[in-house]
Amino acid sequence: MTDTTPARPPLGDELLTVTGLQKYFPVRRGLLQRQVAAVQAVDGLDFSVRTGETLSLVGESGCGKTTTGRLLTRLIKPTGGKIVFEGRDITNLSDGRMRPLRRDVQMIFQDPYGSLNPRHTVGAIVGAPYRLQHIKTPNGTKAAVQELLELVGLNPEHYNRYPHEFSGGQRQRIGIARALALRPRLIVADEPVSALDVSIQAQVINLLEDLQDEFRLTYVIIAHDLSVVRHMSDRVAVMYLGKLVELADRKSLYEQPMHPYTVSLLSAVPVPDTERKTRRERIRLQGDVPSPMNPPSACRFHTRCWKAQSVCSVEEPPLVELAPGHQVACHFPENAPKAADA
Amino acid sequence: MTAPLEVSGSETTAEPEAVLQGVDKIEGRSLGQIAWLRLKRDKVAMAGAVVIILLIATSLLAPLIVKLLGHPPNDFHYDQVNADTQLPIGSYGGVSRDHLFGVEPVNGRDLFSRVIYGSQISLLIAFLATLLSVIIGTVMGIIAGYFGGWVDAGISRLMDIFLAFPILLFAIALAGVVPDNAFGLTGDGLRIGVIIFIIGFFNWPYVGRVIRGQTLSLREREFVDAARSLGARRPYLLYKEMLPNLVAPILVYSTLLIPTNILFEAALSFLGVGVRPPRATWGGMLSDATHWYQVDPWFLLPPGLAIFVTVLAFNLFGDGLRDALDPRSR
Repeated sequence: MTDTTPARPPLGDELLTVTGLQKYFPVRRGLLQRQVAAVQAVDGLDFSVRTGETLSLVGESGCGKTTTGRLLTRLIKPTGGKIVFEGRDITNLSDGRMRPLRRDVQMIFQDPYGSLNPRHTVGAIVGAPYRLQHIKTPNGTKAAVQELLELVGLNPEHYNRYPHEFSGGQRQRIGIARALALRPRLIVADEPVSALDVSIQAQVINLLEDLQDEFRLTYVIIAHDLSVVRHMSDRVAVMYLGKLVELADRKSLYEQPMHPYTVSLLSAVPVPDTERKTRRERIRLQGDVPSPMNPPSACRFHTRCWKAQSVCSVEEPPLVELAPGHQVACHFPENAPKAADA
Repeated sequence: MTAPLEVSGSETTAEPEAVLQGVDKIEGRSLGQIAWLRLKRDKVAMAGAVVIILLIATSLLAPLIVKLLGHPPNDFHYDQVNADTQLPIGSYGGVSRDHLFGVEPVNGRDLFSRVIYGSQISLLIAFLATLLSVIIGTVMGIIAGYFGGWVDAGISRLMDIFLAFPILLFAIALAGVVPDNAFGLTGDGLRIGVIIFIIGFFNWPYVGRVIRGQTLSLREREFVDAARSLGARRPYLLYKEMLPNLVAPILVYSTLLIPTNILFEAALSFLGVGVRPPRATWGGMLSDATHWYQVDPWFLLPPGLAIFVTVLAFNLFGDGLRDALDPRSR
């Protein structure tokens, strides 16, 4: 299960490898703050990200995808497992040891209103990376910041403006400029467009793609919606209740989803084509996502799965490669090649 | 659920947004400038501000004003008092061109001078006590809110203890045992210091609670995470990211705490445990005036009105400031 080497020809070297990653949030009660339970936000993730690719993490609210993003950037400390970035184990690095590495791993945040300090000017926000990392740029920080603003499609003369003077899409561009400032190798984008209007979403996605080409960036994009990331992902990982249920190349995931959960997510994507609409079946899942404080036994999806059988609540299906570059954790996968019937 | 995206080409990106090109000449405004514009439009708050500025100016210029009028606050004017009844000669408590607010019964001290000198004591104690509360409250509030957990629980309980403390009784008891000199201070200076300490030290939880709450919500904002992901250290997070966002609530609560402290100082002086006579204080004057209210009700008016107008001005200004700095309008 730890071996996640892809079968298809790799895009580049493995930039980031995650093994058995876990994050439990303790639930404390009472005067003595005793731990009474734990929220198993992320419970054993295995995947790797290759240089230059875009890996999307998709799942419903509360499935642990945002926690995963914050673990990858080491904003929070994992409970268990291992994160290796460029061959270096960063799982338990202290804040001080992590600081120089932060130049290489940057984050784009979900909420363009919350991620920019309302009391700082755009120049201060986009220039903060240079100041915090003590980096001297050839023509001074201001020139570097204005260059970045131009790069993300903003007017460099707006250097002295405040975030509240910008629209949501422009604010997200400011956030992108800040993430780019240190020329990182990996950018973790936590729902970078979900707070934006649909028309603006496309612009921001295009910008992210252009920047990827220009700076050979590697993206981990977190999304709750398969349709948004379809355009830009190389590979897609589907999460459910803190676990990976399916990880595949974009093409095979969208065309031949194997895990019933992925199938249901895809069937929820609205299709403008009315002819196709009549032919396809909308799968409605029963009930809500169970609480990650007390997740279902074995396969966590069995409580809502229409294919579930008794084995699903007893034995946990491992994440195995059923087709080249297509891993899935299910006892009864859909679209599975006959030879690899689990 | 979002519709599938039809993304085509890259002609939509990396162009300075057209909407903005026409409005280059509009100057960028900081949140502070916006708040100031809003405050300027609030006539009531501005009236409060004018009164506050006048009050501060008169208390600072008190010696000069009194010198011009020629009646030091502790000079007796027996010629202004009826020797038999001991009441001020003339109507309205002896109001005349010489004595604008009239004179005291018995010894005929000039009320205008005493009210002006009283403002010195009131404002000095209120400002410094508020400053003390705000400093302690802000530091404790930020620490409790930012670190959370045990630290927060400890500081929050401490605040509860302070709030449960019978501060007025404590002040009365302490005033009785203040020696004539201590900490290098003597007489009035020492008493003023003690009163500032009592008022300031026991009021910080009011500020502390507000700042703690604000810090709790600020800590969860993504810009703090953004700074952390850039490698910001804790002092940077506290001073550069959090504190600028706490200036507004700190300012508002300071302006609203000042009138409370003016009233508290007046109460202490009224009860006779404040700054000692013959030093003029508004509370002390009110206390003297209560003995005469049946025969010379005009004596009550100057100190009473002074307290009323000052407290009202600070409250109106504080309310206006809160509206102007409304955090909802980001």
